[in-house]
Amino acid sequence: MTGVVTSWCGQSIERVEDGPLLTGRGRFIDDLGIRPGTLHAAILRSPHAHAKIRTIDAGAARTAPGVAAIITGTEVTAISTSLVVGVKAPIECWPIAVDRVRYVGEPVAVVLAANRYLAEDALELIEVVYEPLPAIVDLLAALDPKQPALHEGLGSNIASERSFRYGDPEHAFARAAHRVSVTIRYPRNSCTPIETYGLVAEYDASEDAYDVLANFMGPFSLHAVMARALKVPGNRLRLRTPPDSGGSFGVKQGVFPYIVLMAVAARIAGRPVKWIEDRIEHLAASVSATNRFTTLEAAVDGDGRVRALAWNQLEDVGAHIRAPEPATLYRMHGNLTGAYDIRHVSVRNRVVLTNKTPTGLNRGFGGPQMYYALERLMQRIAVELTLDPVDVIRKNLVPSNAFPYRTATGATLDSGDYSKALETALAQGGFAELRKRQQAARAQGRIYGIGLTAAVEPSVSNMGYITTVLTPEERRKAGPKNGAQATATVSLDPLGGVSVHTASVPQGQGHRTVLAQIVADAFGLKPSDIRVIGEFDTAKDAWSIASGNYSSRFAAAVGGAAHIAAEKVKAKLARAAASQLNVAAKDIEFIGGRAHARGNPDNAIPFTRLAAASHWSPGLVAEENQALRESVFWTPPELTPPTEKDEINSSLCHGFIFDFCGVEVDRVTGAVRIDKYVTMHDCGRVLHPGMVAGQITGGFAQALGAALYEEYVYSADGAFLSGTFADYLLPTTTEVPTPLILHIETPSPYTPLGAKGVGEGNCMSTPVCLANAVADALGLSAVDLPMTPAKLAAHIHASEDSTRRT
Amino acid sequence: MKPARFDYIRAGTIAEAHAALAKDGDEARIIAGGQSLVPMLSMRMARPAVLIDIMHLSELAKIEVRGNAIRVGAGVRQAELLAWPELAERQPLLADALPWVGHAQTRSRGTLCGSAAHADPSAEIPLALLALKGSVELSSQRERRRVAAEDFFTGLLSTARNDNELIEAIDIPCRTAGHGYAFREFARRHGDFAIVACAAIARTDGVRLAIGGAADVPTAREFPNLDNDALDDALDEFAAELEPRDDLHATADYRRALVRRLGRATIEEARRCRA
Repeated sequence: MTGVVTSWCGQSIERVEDGPLLTGRGRFIDDLGIRPGTLHAAILRSPHAHAKIRTIDAGAARTAPGVAAIITGTEVTAISTSLVVGVKAPIECWPIAVDRVRYVGEPVAVVLAANRYLAEDALELIEVVYEPLPAIVDLLAALDPKQPALHEGLGSNIASERSFRYGDPEHAFARAAHRVSVTIRYPRNSCTPIETYGLVAEYDASEDAYDVLANFMGPFSLHAVMARALKVPGNRLRLRTPPDSGGSFGVKQGVFPYIVLMAVAARIAGRPVKWIEDRIEHLAASVSATNRFTTLEAAVDGDGRVRALAWNQLEDVGAHIRAPEPATLYRMHGNLTGAYDIRHVSVRNRVVLTNKTPTGLNRGFGGPQMYYALERLMQRIAVELTLDPVDVIRKNLVPSNAFPYRTATGATLDSGDYSKALETALAQGGFAELRKRQQAARAQGRIYGIGLTAAVEPSVSNMGYITTVLTPEERRKAGPKNGAQATATVSLDPLGGVSVHTASVPQGQGHRTVLAQIVADAFGLKPSDIRVIGEFDTAKDAWSIASGNYSSRFAAAVGGAAHIAAEKVKAKLARAAASQLNVAAKDIEFIGGRAHARGNPDNAIPFTRLAAASHWSPGLVAEENQALRESVFWTPPELTPPTEKDEINSSLCHGFIFDFCGVEVDRVTGAVRIDKYVTMHDCGRVLHPGMVAGQITGGFAQALGAALYEEYVYSADGAFLSGTFADYLLPTTTEVPTPLILHIETPSPYTPLGAKGVGEGNCMSTPVCLANAVADALGLSAVDLPMTPAKLAAHIHASEDSTRRT
Repeated sequence: MKPARFDYIRAGTIAEAHAALAKDGDEARIIAGGQSLVPMLSMRMARPAVLIDIMHLSELAKIEVRGNAIRVGAGVRQAELLAWPELAERQPLLADALPWVGHAQTRSRGTLCGSAAHADPSAEIPLALLALKGSVELSSQRERRRVAAEDFFTGLLSTARNDNELIEAIDIPCRTAGHGYAFREFARRHGDFAIVACAAIARTDGVRLAIGGAADVPTAREFPNLDNDALDDALDEFAAELEPRDDLHATADYRRALVRRLGRATIEEARRCRA
């Protein structure tokens, strides 16, 4: 076997995606051809946060040049039904305003015209008479029973409320030596993919069927939501994705209401409809991450050991509780104790509606909000008990010998060695030197702080976690929901070539490259021998509700399914080879492009010839099912529904992160400079180190944005103030330093390849790590994001100026 | 985000540009690098009936030294001036300020005169022009005139240019031997419009400090040679007079604090450069 590569996985091979992308040959939705006669849509959007729609006069717009049709709520409600919502409440959720607008940017009318210019010209001719209503902007105001209900059927603005109790938190708090608490206002932000939403929708009246091409990313449970809204069975909503998609980070889940809206529009117009969202629309009205108000209290021993947590979370999902919300609040439910061994937990969760853009998937999905509270709390415990913050983390980590570890709230932490990861990071990342650096800086009068975070990074979501929002009784009525079905198809062509397709809907991550590595390893081929197709079609491909590109599920779940599919094909090929090489199938090895007898490499047959034989000589093996094509559906048995006690294994895999950093706050400007950032990851088996580094670096950059720059800001009357990229500031290359990335590897016992997800961790760990450092630098007990220079300078300048002048 | 309909005229001569301006007046807009105007067109915040493109007029594309001033034509892109080998020697303040203008990509399209015409209160080029007591050359079918920078910037995004006038050039005085020049800025990110930008020129008998980003127009002030508390007090007073406002990126308090602190640091640096 010398000279033969035995494993492509684990190597940073060149990405097959990069050539076309770097030479401008990507095929994104707006690059693809459209059928003659396709209409272009532009959307008139609400300028009000909250108003009744008295009248919509589209008369002048209808006769404007190039205009084919105008669609309003009236037409949409006539043809479709409300989108189903994720809580048991009498709420309707339409993709366009019906009689009432509830956020700035809500669609009010759609113009279909010969091109986008003419469509936008006609928008200006539509006259809408609004009757403005008071807006509920702050999430605490939404609790006020005197405020009008945004959705009358609900009677209030609280869409969901549940309390949970695990272990004996009352007892733990009663006997605690100390109680330490934090109050957090986590702001609204988003991951703003470089390519906005886009779709082409068509309706075939003869078959009563819709065909939509959209840069949707899943989860495909939403396919059911869309088909139901369009009042067709699932097989009459064909949804396809383009070969390339310019990033998503969760956000492109939110294109789904527009799929319904434009499908209806195409039906009314009798022609295909294309809509490409522009950046102004995207910022105002795509989806935001949730903003959250959290109070978190800990029962703590004198030595910093945390015995119990009391969570009180108030989640703001905006104007509509759009599927899959309130999933942001429940995604982390099994992980409310983070990386720590804490057995007693109480939780109060409330979900409120406000006059802001509806929320949806966003990288980190619930993790940033939750860890901000938990890890600020850990820092406060150290400060209030005058302990070393490293020791507080160290003392509370889940012990190395405790895996698999079931958390108080029900997650099974599959594998890990948190203490080893922490100690390795401190040593390899130079923590002792960093402390010296801090001392030296402070001796010079500079404002310097150190922050720490430990976090468990969940991946491969259990489709059942969202049902934790229901009571056990409601769940019994609804029937069980759980699992994380991944699919992969491996097929052989008549020349012996191998093709792979999955329903992973890549958005630039490099899925095609990694799938080629995985399948090449199974067959003893080279990755360049494997062709992986990235685009996806619900009418022809294997898929299920969990399909799509979210919850960092690719490497662990989809990669694993591809491995199993390839192994199945291989087992059949081994039987065919065995009959030709006169050995037992179990003695066939696939190495170097050949199948050969174990111990006798000269007794061999080329892989391509063997694979082609499935087509040319199907009778070679007396078996019904030739090795032509295998589709595998894989779901992990560990992902069970919530228990009667509301314990939920919300995710299959749990990576571990330990971050630390040193930051300096500029005395003149209040700007934060990151002096050093170290991020230690255990994401199980690493399939492609370069892509893992890319995921960590990208997540770090977005997290830095959330920490220092980005916020969707609303005025007190609900006006949206972050409407352009001059208002909503993304960090650019000059603002993002390079973190030091470290790894240890403890493979997951629950995934076929031992891999875990790694896409979202730094979005969870980095904002609070930076906040802990800033709090340390300035001696602040509370600090909210984003930590803008003006906010921080107020602390510095106030103390300096008080000595000088009024 | 598509512009409303407009006509496009590619001027072949300055006279053609003048004629178009005379005909369409406030319905016409000159387009040079387009780095501010094109986004405004796309958002329909600007809706000119006619765009007059002057980027094909070679007579406007020149950097010249005339007497004691650098004359930068309306077609000169920011990147071209930044790459001009004589810049740092002729006018160090401009050489310091230009890298703060947008990004390499926008500087390779945007012009100096376009930035002056746009008159964003936090832009670096209007600030440098004011600090250095430069001027703007305007021409129309009927007349040609020169307006001092302090008279040119009249308010938020507004200037002394008449609707029928073309900015042909800006004139920036060259350095004076024995003067010290310094430029400092604070923005949220590299390339953003300044929250506060400071340009200082130190002489033997005092210092001129110009501030951008705090008021509706860049504003300059002459100070005698002050130190310590006296300088802080004078800067305090200046900061208050600028009447900065709150916005998404900074509070008025914060802007005042930056005028004091960054202004002082800029003055001190200019003094060091003089020495």
